[in-house]
Amino acid sequence: MKVLTVERKILKKNDDIAAENRQRFKQANLTVLNLLSSPGAGKTTLLERTLEKLANRYRVAVVEGDVQTDNDARRIAKHHVPVVQVVTRGGCHLEANLVQEAVANFELDALDLLFIENVGNLVCPANYDLGENLKVVIISTTEGDDKPLKYPPMFRVAHVCVINKIDLLPYVDFDIQKARDYARGINPDLRFFELSARTGEGLEDWIRWLESLIPKSTA
Amino acid sequence: MHEMSVAQSIVQIVEEVLQEQKAHRVLKVVVRIGELVAVVPESLQFCYRAITEGTELGDSELVIQTVPVRAVCQACGREFSPETPFFICPFCESTRVHLLQGQELQVSELEVEE
Ligand SMILES: Nc1nc2c(ncn2[C@@H]2O[C@H](COP(=O)(O)OP(=O)(O)O)[C@@H](O)[C@H]2O)c(=O)[nH]1
Ligand SMILES: [Mg+2]
Ligand SMILES: [Zn+2]
Repeated sequence: MKVLTVERKILKKNDDIAAENRQRFKQANLTVLNLLSSPGAGKTTLLERTLEKLANRYRVAVVEGDVQTDNDARRIAKHHVPVVQVVTRGGCHLEANLVQEAVANFELDALDLLFIENVGNLVCPANYDLGENLKVVIISTTEGDDKPLKYPPMFRVAHVCVINKIDLLPYVDFDIQKARDYARGINPDLRFFELSARTGEGLEDWIRWLESLIPKSTA
Repeated sequence: MHEMSVAQSIVQIVEEVLQEQKAHRVLKVVVRIGELVAVVPESLQFCYRAITEGTELGDSELVIQTVPVRAVCQACGREFSPETPFFICPFCESTRVHLLQGQELQVSELEVEE
């Protein structure tokens, strides 16, 4: 009997492919955002509102991750942007190789901004780097304001937190300040946006911030 | 459930090492999982059993070591074990903390038959 010291990262394969993706995105001068939330927090709706504002001025594409259906991809396609649907067949998160295959459908050098809508899940996707520049976690006022406390790893790795469905604040028991404090306690560098993807309230800040991510030469 | 995909990655690594080392039978696989990584040990154990059953890893034991979170404060330089989920220095209350451990997801050791 022999004991071997191994010390190998379990997700190394994913990390390696993510690094390839990141390199490729960088070459293409492309900003990539990974959108993460529980099911129904409003990722697709926010994307639709965002495309309405940006798709006529910038070259935007979308990768849609979903467990089963291509409903979201069809919602996005109505906005006349390139979209690829990735069906994970029960898988609870996107992995870097799926994104690599998906983006092979795009001409990356001809894009400014790429959104990846991850599978609705606040646990698993936190561990899987896709090669994105920024992770955006979306919570909505119809969920508990203690969401950050329940999913600390996700809030730890996220760069940006969108609090969606603020149009419903009068009807729900959601304390925005509490949610922000909890999230900041986990990750002091988080940047917040409060908005309603339904009414458009608060959307300007979000759009302005997205524009600031797009390299000047293409604007 | 990403425990299944984590278990598959573990099996892949074990098979690679067995091949490199020209070993055949593995008795024990030791993995280190940080407390901050959302992997449920029981669930990982279950997935590992499910996918190794009837294979050359079928009678190997999976040992899961949980790695507690440790952090160092970037304001006062002291080390501590944060009261998760918050990362606040208990000495000076700074939130500028750097994680030293607790995010591992590694195969650390294999016990093989020569
Ligand atoms: N009231 C309200 N409903 C919203 C808002 N954003 C999304 N929704 C609704 O929430 C549901 C889920 O939205 P969807 O974008 O599909 O969520 P996803 O699963 O994260 O992609 C849909 O019925 C949307 O119309 C919002 O800002 N306010
Ligand atoms: Mg959706
Ligand atoms: Zn301190």
